Amino acid sequence: MDNKLAESIISLKDVEFSYNGEPVLENITIEIDKNDFVAILGPNGAGKTTLIKLLLGFLKPGKGKISILGKTPVKARKFIGYVPQFSAFDKNYPIYVIDIVKLNTLTANSLFPAYKKEVTEMAFSLLEKLEIHNLAYRNFHELSGGQKQRALIARALINEPKILMLDEPTASVDVAMEKDIYDTLKMLNKSTTILLITHDVGFVSSYVNKICCLNRFASMHSVAELTGKSLFDIYSANSKFLQHHCNL
Amino acid sequence: MGELLSSVASYTFLQNAIIAGILASIVCGITGTFVVVKKITFISGGIAHAVLGGVGIALYFSMPPIIGAFVSAILSAIIIGLVKLKANQHEDTVISALWAMGMAVGVIFMYLTPGYSTDLLSYLFGNILMVSSTNLYILAGLNVFIIFIVIIFYRQFVAITYDEEQARLRGLPVNFLYILLLCIIALTIVVLIQIVGIILVIALLSLPAAIAGLYTRTLHAMMFFAIGLGMIFTLSGIAISFSANIPTGATIIIICGLVYLIAINLTRFIHKKNVSLKN
Repeated sequence: MDNKLAESIISLKDVEFSYNGEPVLENITIEIDKNDFVAILGPNGAGKTTLIKLLLGFLKPGKGKISILGKTPVKARKFIGYVPQFSAFDKNYPIYVIDIVKLNTLTANSLFPAYKKEVTEMAFSLLEKLEIHNLAYRNFHELSGGQKQRALIARALINEPKILMLDEPTASVDVAMEKDIYDTLKMLNKSTTILLITHDVGFVSSYVNKICCLNRFASMHSVAELTGKSLFDIYSANSKFLQHHCNL
Repeated sequence: MGELLSSVASYTFLQNAIIAGILASIVCGITGTFVVVKKITFISGGIAHAVLGGVGIALYFSMPPIIGAFVSAILSAIIIGLVKLKANQHEDTVISALWAMGMAVGVIFMYLTPGYSTDLLSYLFGNILMVSSTNLYILAGLNVFIIFIVIIFYRQFVAITYDEEQARLRGLPVNFLYILLLCIIALTIVVLIQIVGIILVIALLSLPAAIAGLYTRTLHAMMFFAIGLGMIFTLSGIAISFSANIPTGATIIIICGLVYLIAINLTRFIHKKNVSLKN
């Protein structure tokens, strides 16, 4: 691969964000290239969720510039597939898995109740690709954690996004399923840039090509330069320790 | 029963009551389903109670109270919607304030209007046996309008009630849809108030849908089931209250509440049994 052709898909420059005067993120400068598979790693309260919200345009940075595919985050939304944590979903909402996937094709002009036949076919084939098509007409809350995660990935994929962002995709999922989900993401990574938040160091390093350590400040590493031990240190470290490792 | 049927044939007010009950059941099943899945009973309660203000003002200016109810319901839906969308915190407090102020305005205007007392009571607790033929036409019109809007925006309403964040990411006009949904709830409340009154309206709006939600797997099935339940509750309520000579609205609500309590306990019992069978 010619590295010169690699284009920057997401770029953050000196981004700063604070809640009520309390800085959450400072001096964030990150470049993410096409077909990168990036894990944002950091302890609770490190600003991971804030960073994703900034990338999705739900929050605006106090300082600095965020550009996604050369656009502002809000304008780039249609190229992003976002997979939130499934634990936030209402357990009592009566809806089929396939309908959740189809719902994501709506635009402001989608009036009246019926979907086009192609949409149903596309949703089903995505569920097939993620190997949960036999659950298409089950209720979402009847699925196991891993199956829910796949359903939400299928929902994100129906718009053929250029970037997939996932918020803790392996939270509340058992270890065997965790590997499965990462394998699925690896397969999707061939055509999609993937960015995920996690605080699980174990598996992630054997799948991703870059790790972004986040603890108010951010530092990007290619996986090759990090050993398993230093990863563990980052995870359990306080911010001083992180700074030491990341030379911030 | 035979006596009841012959009364229906001979009294117009009973016929009107039955038609109003059926119309109310249809919209309460449709709108109530969204209220239940989106968990906005408190907001709906705010809209319902603020309606008394509009009713009081309408009575003071000798206008038909249903017009006052209509205007104040829509206004409070828009205000509460904007508060919910724009205010980051204290929205509960703001809604409670609107709720109470609406009622206070209603009480003052009704006090200033001569001969207010019967109207105040029938608006607070409903008086299905006083539904006029003109009101029936208004209720029918509101029904058609509500059904029409829900059919057009069905998928969009599902999107914003299921996952508002994702709907925003997809570029749906979430704020517009949310306020539109609250306006539909407001219109439904205007219809339901005729039957059960302001104080009891939330029960009729949420309980049939909540019971339906225990037994259905899709949103539209939940709506149809809730409509059926609503009809059973209102019609049996009318029959019982007429035979026993007790207030209709309160009778309907007691039936709703009892069936709901039985239904949730039954579901829990079945669930427990299934779990113990598995173990």
